[in-house]
Amino acid sequence: MSDNAVSAAPLEPPVPTQKPIKTTGLHIGEAEPGCRKVDPILIADGVRRTFGGLTAVDVDHVEVPRGAITALIGPNGAGKTTLFNLLTGFDKPDAGKWTFDGRSLAGVPAYRVARMGQIRTFQLTKALGLLTVMDNMLLGAKGQTGENMFRALMPFLWRNQEEENRAKALDLLTRFKLDTKKDDYAASLSGGQRKLLEMARALMSDPTLVMLDEPMAGVNPALTQSLLDHILNLKSEGMTVLFVEHDMHMVRHIADWVIVMAEGHVVAEGDPHEVMRNPAVIDAYLGQHHDEDLGEDQSAEAENVSAIKELLDDER
Amino acid sequence: MDWGAIFGNAAVELISPTTAAYALAALGLAVHFGYTGLLNFGQAGFMALGAYGYAISILTFGFPVWGAFLVGVGASVIFALILGIPTLRLRADYLAIVTIAAAEIVRLLFTTNTFASVTGSANGLSGYKNEFAALNPLAEGSYGFGPFENNAYDTWLRIVAWSIVILAALFVWQIMRSPWGRVIKGIREDEDAVRALGKNVYAYKMQSLIFGGVLGTIAGMIFALPRAVVPSNYQTTLTFFIYAILLLGGAATVLGPIIGSMIFWVLLSFFSGFIARAVEAGWLPFMTSIQGGQLRFILVGVAIMLIVIFRPQGIFGNKKELAFVR
Ligand SMILES: Nc1ncnc2c1ncn2[C@@H]1O[C@H](COP(=O)(O)OP(=O)(O)OP(=O)(O)O)[C@@H](O)[C@H]1O
Ligand SMILES: [Mg+2]
Repeated sequence: MSDNAVSAAPLEPPVPTQKPIKTTGLHIGEAEPGCRKVDPILIADGVRRTFGGLTAVDVDHVEVPRGAITALIGPNGAGKTTLFNLLTGFDKPDAGKWTFDGRSLAGVPAYRVARMGQIRTFQLTKALGLLTVMDNMLLGAKGQTGENMFRALMPFLWRNQEEENRAKALDLLTRFKLDTKKDDYAASLSGGQRKLLEMARALMSDPTLVMLDEPMAGVNPALTQSLLDHILNLKSEGMTVLFVEHDMHMVRHIADWVIVMAEGHVVAEGDPHEVMRNPAVIDAYLGQHHDEDLGEDQSAEAENVSAIKELLDDER
Repeated sequence: MDWGAIFGNAAVELISPTTAAYALAALGLAVHFGYTGLLNFGQAGFMALGAYGYAISILTFGFPVWGAFLVGVGASVIFALILGIPTLRLRADYLAIVTIAAAEIVRLLFTTNTFASVTGSANGLSGYKNEFAALNPLAEGSYGFGPFENNAYDTWLRIVAWSIVILAALFVWQIMRSPWGRVIKGIREDEDAVRALGKNVYAYKMQSLIFGGVLGTIAGMIFALPRAVVPSNYQTTLTFFIYAILLLGGAATVLGPIIGSMIFWVLLSFFSGFIARAVEAGWLPFMTSIQGGQLRFILVGVAIMLIVIFRPQGIFGNKKELAFVR
């Protein structure tokens, strides 16, 4: 049947169309968990969050280097999303302090964090379904005069700004290949397109730090390529990127630095090629299955294990 | 059967001040529920504050009309703050619980004998119309035509009531297509996403609660002007009628609440006229005229159900939106 044509689609990992230029020399001293960075944009100290008896996050010290792409990886339940929530003010830690661009963020509400230029996306995409794609984008723009209730009634005060934002949104949408959808409801987009929209929307505010929680999850390989390109573009435009990702191939291709979390702790840090060989990382992913035969095991760990085996093979 | 009288009485409701009051209260709910996604089940409480705020200011304190108006509006702003400060940070359902309870508390406070000298207790208040009538620029006489013919006071009341409704509708229409309205609609869809984009969601929800509440309060004043202020008028059923009107017209629309209110009142009047006469003529031998009075609500309910089943987005709602209902 002609269906075979579909399953014959290339299965090799998508590679960014441009060759990523890796930023190096980001850290000071040994590449160990919590190591200092030459120019950190985000510094967290003693951040801890427990849910009942479970310690979801317990990070002694971590620094995110400025102007680079940092990947945050770790097995399911490692605490990556929880750490994102804490750093962006969406959740309150039991203890700890952290600074962004030298300003303390502890206790700062999420919307203020975003206004400071630290913008995040969500693991479970949050497109605003019954708003058009264009309205989704416009909502991302900062400092809008017309968002004040009283000025909203006087369109002449904000019409020019609105036009500027619209032009900027259209430009971003074109880059993300969503321009033809601009008047559709966001609810009508596919899962992958929503990821793209959420990322494009985050860029409307010209952030300094973009935090992406699994930006590639559920995105097909063709779209993944353009997403990777977009992330690389963010760096070349001077933004800092921190992203969570499970696909190790992607991490290796675009990340300049990798932070590995397991059971709430930062267990390793380093250059993406080095870090994969770190025994602590292998431990984190393999866990107690280290020496077991994985032939029949269909669990999530098994997938992690095969992923890391694949990578180790690649490295050789 | 006197069909002329039945239709005539129904037509009267088309532009009656009560219809205007319900339209305005439903417009306030459209701001709350349709645009912001706030589940306010206490619109009757906002209306009661308007009616009592106005009546008490005039009767007890001898305020002028504008002063009484401002007292009512001020009371509802305070009411909205009291409701919103503890609940707007919580999930949507909490606001629903708190508003339904708070509106009942307001009504019971106006009913209790403790404040009878000011509130009139269960008998309510009357005799506050002269101040408003004194502002009437129309000469004595009769205005309009057919079922819409009224004396000077009633015409004046209709002009004021519908002018307010039209102004409020234009206001809502303008503000909802502004960037402010975009944030508000974004909050309805997903408030965390809006927060992540740097908007102070809590402040916006509060503004919306106050704005829609003030519309409800002004509606309460219009509602009070053709009748007396009686606490039993402000029960939770009033809120539900206004929700019915809102869903009938379309929740996130400006014209929906207005046309919805007209349809609601015209139908109600038509059925009550029809049933009363049908009972009289012996068409419904199993029914007394008191039972007939209840039957009209059943028939209106059925009519609204039919509209909602066959046009679930409401009369003015956007059909496309329904494809994505979660
Ligand atoms: N609201 C919550 N209540 C209770 N436990 C929670 C809550 N949020 C997270 N957890 C727990 O905290 C741990 C870390 O969760 P988190 O979502 O941060 O993992 P993650 O690293 O993002 O995983 P994944 O890669 O699967 O997204 C998990 O064990 C999870 O069960
Ligand atoms: Mg996660």
